[in-house]
Amino acid sequence: MVTETTSAATTDKIRCDACPVMCYIKPGAAGACDRYANHDGVLVRVDPHIILERTVSHGGRLVPFQATGDWDGKLVYEPSTFVTAIGAGTTYPDYKPAPFIVSSEVDGVDMVTVVTEGIFSYCGVKVKIDTDRYLGPETATVRAQGEAVGHVTTSEYGSQMLSLGGVHHLTGGSKKEGRVTCDTLMDLSNCKPVELTIDGGATVVVQAGRAPVVNGATEERMRVGCGSATIGMFAKQWHGKVDEVVVVDDHITGVLSEHQAGKLLDIADTGIKMKGRRSTPGRYFQVAEPGTGWGGTGISDPLSILGPFDAKTARPGMTMLMVSTTGEHATYYELDEALRPIEKPMPLDLRLSVERIQENCEPALCTVLFMAGAGGSLRAGVTDNPVRLTRSVKDALTRVTSGGAPVYVWPGGGITFMVDVTQMPAGAFGYVPTPALVAPIEFTLRLSDYAALGGHMDYVRPLASLTDNSEIRPMPYLPGRRA
Amino acid sequence: MKRLPQIAMLPDGKRLHLQDGPIDLIIEANGSADDVRAAYQAASRRFTGLLDELCAELAELRQPADPTHCALKGVVARRMHAAVAPYAADCFITPMAAVAGAVAQEILGAMVEVAPLDRAYVNNGGDIALHLARGEQFCVGLMDRPDSHGVMRTMIIDADHPSRGVATSGRHGRSFSLGIADAVTVLAKTAAGADAAATIIANAVDLPGHPAIIRRPACELQPDSDLGPRLVTREVGELSNREIDEALAAGEARACELLAAGLIDAAALRLFGEIVVVGARKPHRLREAVLENA
Repeated sequence: MVTETTSAATTDKIRCDACPVMCYIKPGAAGACDRYANHDGVLVRVDPHIILERTVSHGGRLVPFQATGDWDGKLVYEPSTFVTAIGAGTTYPDYKPAPFIVSSEVDGVDMVTVVTEGIFSYCGVKVKIDTDRYLGPETATVRAQGEAVGHVTTSEYGSQMLSLGGVHHLTGGSKKEGRVTCDTLMDLSNCKPVELTIDGGATVVVQAGRAPVVNGATEERMRVGCGSATIGMFAKQWHGKVDEVVVVDDHITGVLSEHQAGKLLDIADTGIKMKGRRSTPGRYFQVAEPGTGWGGTGISDPLSILGPFDAKTARPGMTMLMVSTTGEHATYYELDEALRPIEKPMPLDLRLSVERIQENCEPALCTVLFMAGAGGSLRAGVTDNPVRLTRSVKDALTRVTSGGAPVYVWPGGGITFMVDVTQMPAGAFGYVPTPALVAPIEFTLRLSDYAALGGHMDYVRPLASLTDNSEIRPMPYLPGRRA
Repeated sequence: MKRLPQIAMLPDGKRLHLQDGPIDLIIEANGSADDVRAAYQAASRRFTGLLDELCAELAELRQPADPTHCALKGVVARRMHAAVAPYAADCFITPMAAVAGAVAQEILGAMVEVAPLDRAYVNNGGDIALHLARGEQFCVGLMDRPDSHGVMRTMIIDADHPSRGVATSGRHGRSFSLGIADAVTVLAKTAAGADAAATIIANAVDLPGHPAIIRRPACELQPDSDLGPRLVTREVGELSNREIDEALAAGEARACELLAAGLIDAAALRLFGEIVVVGARKPHRLREAVLENA
């Protein structure tokens, strides 16, 4: 149902023209069919899952309410065609199953857009969380409302990655697991915040296009690079201003004096002793346990990753900057007579270098890519020879979009695609109680190519024939407006 | 130009699904393959344009029915009126109370007209028209509530039984109810008759003035509701067992009147899990189901 409320209160009833009953519908209410509602004065197809639930459970086919043309009395036997029209630039947010195959002339070429809503049992989201903070061990279970909805997967540069959903959680577990997974996927895909807890790790609030909130703290920056890379990037700026710099990073902690970048600048040894495992000169792995402290480690005192300075090399008064990969944490030390690092106020030029690290960090975001495979039944809604659609997509003759947003189609078999949910219109995703997600998918191709691949040519309607028709509403689609 | 309704076979390859605006029909016929196909063709043909027919007289159909006179023209509209007319003299009712059953009956009629069928049903959102050839029977399941799963009880209707219509009304359905029944299921000679009677009996299951029952004027919820300013039930709070019995007894009394008048064959009234059954032969006609939908 339409549950969002907005402050722009509209008080007028509207008249639904979806069928000849022509219901007057009050704001927030639905018509006699329970399928169309008045959402802030706009007639919307509510709850696509109601109609699609029926489609799934009974296999009905959704065809235009207001279709023109005489019906020849022939029965249509296409039990698994799930077609509604969320827009492809033409009908959104009107979910009416209106012109489901629309041809329009683009650059002198007759183009066909097949507008369907796919029901995806094989679907999930890939979540990229820009943080170095430790969210949990790889392969750890990710939970929503206590139910397993996915797992931690291999981390990426400056980001932790989650893989959520999939048929295993949607239908392979308990009923509740499936429902919670479905809710989680739908909320994430509709750019709503979702709280996730990771077994043996953190609690993180994820919302597409927003900063992650890890254990209650909003992440502000994505790291500028790993500890070693940070040394390389800033070595010149530190040269001559400080004797030693340690960039604390859970993955690769960098040490200026030992690092190749320091060597090239003839920076002298400092006698520093790092904990952890040395990889190559000036690069250390596992200096601490992972966590949500400095640079994705669990530490709050950076000195805990240092051993005592080597008395043969170190000398009292030597200076040291310790900084995290985001510049969020930074402390300045001087060695005392006993060669112990003592925290001191940070000199201005070093403070500027820390600010420079911060400045070079991009804002930390959560990104959510919806990923799904268009199976046989969905393709059959487009053509009676489904594999030709797949081939046509592979041959780049057919462009695939999801809610009008560009998608990445995986090479290999099937039509498995990924789409950035922030590029899609609001409320583009629905669900059916199977449980599975409902997402829009559009195939656009040349009319001649459409005919060649066995398209439903008798259902093709020229776009021009629809423009004066109440079925069409311009799609208020602004790329990335939800980000 | 005719609008195209939705016409599709369900995945089982046996049942036909027709939908147009608020009308949603699930249809099944049993017989020879040719006869079934002919029946489905006929159903689809009759269905196309049926909603327009009804809407042409929608304003009149939403008016309180005249108990003695019918100015409506359409065959379905006239059937709706005939189904509610017996109640129109002493209570408010519009032909819309029988619309679902009347449509189901019309489609079933179109089917049996073109082909000899062993059995057939047209289910219009729970209001069902039945066809039974000699020796055939239907098993009809009763659900506790439309939003819950599982068949609670089953009824067997055989060819010797007079009922050819089954209808359910209550406050959880798509239509508004003046009463508080969770569901009232009625067996009657025709689907339109069952539909009207179920509405009447469901309205009678009530506790007038009870503070735990929240009612709102129908027109506030749906501006063009045929119920106008009448108060329809929105929520029912906690009721004591005695109150539940009292409400059911009121509905039972109304059902017994209709039974005596020959307007219904049987009725099952449900409120908060309590069930009252009215009508002959109930011990073996209405029995506990053995978890058919487990």
